[in-house]
Amino acid sequence: MSVREIDAARLADAVARLYVSACLHLSPYVEEKLRDFGNPYIIENFETNGAIPLCQDTGMAAVYLEVGQDVHITGSIPDAVDEGVRRAVRDGYLRASIVTDPLRRTNTGDNTPACLYTDIVPGDRVKVTVVPRGFGCENKARIAMLAPADGLEGVKAFVLETARLAVPDACPPVTIGVGLGGNFDRAAYLSKKAVLRQGPNPDPFYGALEAELYKATKKFSLAVNILTAPTHIAGLPCAVSIGCHSLRCASEVL
Amino acid sequence: MEKHIQTPLTDEVVRSLRAGDKVRITGVVYTARDAAHKRLCELLGAGEPLPFDMRGQIVYYTGPTPAPPGRPIGSCGPTTSYRMDPYTPRLLAQGLQGLIGKGRRSQAVIDALKARPGVYFSAEGGCGALLANYVKSSELVAFPELGAEAVRRLEVENFPVEVFCDCEGNIYSPYL
Repeated sequence: MSVREIDAARLADAVARLYVSACLHLSPYVEEKLRDFGNPYIIENFETNGAIPLCQDTGMAAVYLEVGQDVHITGSIPDAVDEGVRRAVRDGYLRASIVTDPLRRTNTGDNTPACLYTDIVPGDRVKVTVVPRGFGCENKARIAMLAPADGLEGVKAFVLETARLAVPDACPPVTIGVGLGGNFDRAAYLSKKAVLRQGPNPDPFYGALEAELYKATKKFSLAVNILTAPTHIAGLPCAVSIGCHSLRCASEVL
Repeated sequence: MEKHIQTPLTDEVVRSLRAGDKVRITGVVYTARDAAHKRLCELLGAGEPLPFDMRGQIVYYTGPTPAPPGRPIGSCGPTTSYRMDPYTPRLLAQGLQGLIGKGRRSQAVIDALKARPGVYFSAEGGCGALLANYVKSSELVAFPELGAEAVRRLEVENFPVEVFCDCEGNIYSPYL
């Protein structure tokens, strides 16, 4: 069994490239949804020339690495990711929005460190995804450790309450990501992933629930996406993350 | 129909604006967000002078991205306003008369707007690239160490906003 080698410098280059690109351009999928929603300011905003970021909040960089188990990255992965962020912020004129400490609050000046997530997956590739998460929507996320007896109605009520508390503060039309099950942190993680999901839910039961929740929120939302995980007999964790209309995300495979 | 107003504001202009009005602002606005608000209120607490005379002025809650070469400013859309709520009544009492941001305000801010009289405008959230086109110049005024959160003096022309809360306490948002 051979192990593929990737220089960490390539990872830094990818993060830098993806971070700038995500701040300047939306995906065709998101653009189409926004055209359907029809707010002329928002359409004009993403149709600008791409010289400056779509939103001044270029976020805390969430970097997701899906690392093939047959890859070896030579060099420090966290250092390479932060180097990529630093370069993107400097060369792409992104905003430095990160403070060193939550209470003492000194700006790091280069938007590092990133929030780095790693998954080990089969294969010998590395998928790099950069999500600039602005805090207008990040601040509107909520989690409830519901009881099994709360059931479907409890989930619906919590999702709708969270969505209504989110607008108009977070920038509508929002994408509502729901993480159901797992444990406390898994539910939150899934809700973030759900915001980024493109296309329909493969499970018809959850597809119907998404359609029902979307119908109740479509005045201010683009979609309701649900991701689930097995959970404990005593629990029904329910996390809701909000994605603003500037739903920025860029990926590439190394 | 859009209303066109100039800064600095006057009581007469403020009283003519109603929640839901589409307004274009031309003149000067000052940027300030979380950290700058804290610093401004610390100056007031210490009896020190503020970096600019607030009477009739508009504060815009934004932290722009750095200006690339050849542009006066980077992306500069509104940040969420409620985080400034603890500080806003104090600044209105100093003569501040207009606020630009996005999202809801506390009852204390609404009451302070009625008393001043003042007006709270909403700019289109997440549209910083577009809104930058309405900013003609940007000049650092105070707290350079705060980076994106420094206070800047912006000259704006036909800057598009909507009245979210007028001086009678009426509220309008297309999403509420």
